[in-house]
Amino acid sequence: MNWIYEPWPWYVSGPLIALIMFTLLLVGKQFGMSSNLRTACAAMGAGKAADFFKFNWKAERWNLTVVLGAIIGGFIASNYMSDNTVSINPEIAEQLSTDYNIESAGDSYLPTEIFATEMLSDPFILAILLIGGLLVGFGARYAGGCTSGHAISGLSNLQLPSLIAVIGFFIGGLIMIHFIFPFIF
Amino acid sequence: MLIGIFFGIVMFKSEAASWFRIYEMFHFGSFHMYGIIGSALVLGIIGVQIIKRRNIKPLDGSSMSLQPKEKRIVRYFAGGIIFGLGWALAGACPGPIYVLIGAGYPALLVVVFGALLGTFLYGVLKSRLPH
Repeated sequence: MNWIYEPWPWYVSGPLIALIMFTLLLVGKQFGMSSNLRTACAAMGAGKAADFFKFNWKAERWNLTVVLGAIIGGFIASNYMSDNTVSINPEIAEQLSTDYNIESAGDSYLPTEIFATEMLSDPFILAILLIGGLLVGFGARYAGGCTSGHAISGLSNLQLPSLIAVIGFFIGGLIMIHFIFPFIF
Repeated sequence: MLIGIFFGIVMFKSEAASWFRIYEMFHFGSFHMYGIIGSALVLGIIGVQIIKRRNIKPLDGSSMSLQPKEKRIVRYFAGGIIFGLGWALAGACPGPIYVLIGAGYPALLVVVFGALLGTFLYGVLKSRLPH
């Protein structure tokens, strides 16, 4: 039973993600995890502020159900199937520690220096989380999809726009990690 | 719902929901994330081709949700870069955000709030942005 507790290798995880995409296609849906944000905005009445949110969100309620499922899945996996540590490349862990004083690589699932609940009282950390989320939400809708919608669904369907978006994801990510992180951390 | 639960478990167990793995990926420090996306993609491309060639329909007989995307460049490129900045900063894309909330990280509630705000802002500004 050890395989349940060990991290799942890429050649298990990748095919399972493909399986999720095909299951959704088979029930007439599309694999894309950011659409639920638009559905949620619409459900909260954002249609009053912008036409973008004036659509029949009740027909898209299924993606809020998927969200609920994902939350439950995260709970099950972290509580019953994992020791909640992530071992990354030791050189990268070393670099995180020397450059940014992030020492929790290998000991926790997320860096406690950013994501520990007590850090929420730090305005700087709060701003990082809020701006990160803001960019993700804004960028995902501007680009018409996120990692699942473009990098998996879109590219599987050989869509050129998805390739452009995925190249953008990587340019943005590399800029953040290599040029912006040294200034903010 | 079951698909969501399965998705959540896979995201958590594959470590694709870990900030560390995202950071490592953008440092090209490991094949792990590229292997996950790459293997999902190879199977995805093969599967989608089979669906198209055999004209397979969803169980309810409707049409497959495989519509072509709009033929535009600016929105995908600019939106992509903005998303990438956030992905690296928060270390989570939209799916894993929820998975991590379930895993017991309340900090991700702030990220979701930001993401909702970002989505809302896009909706308001949409007509004024180049697409």
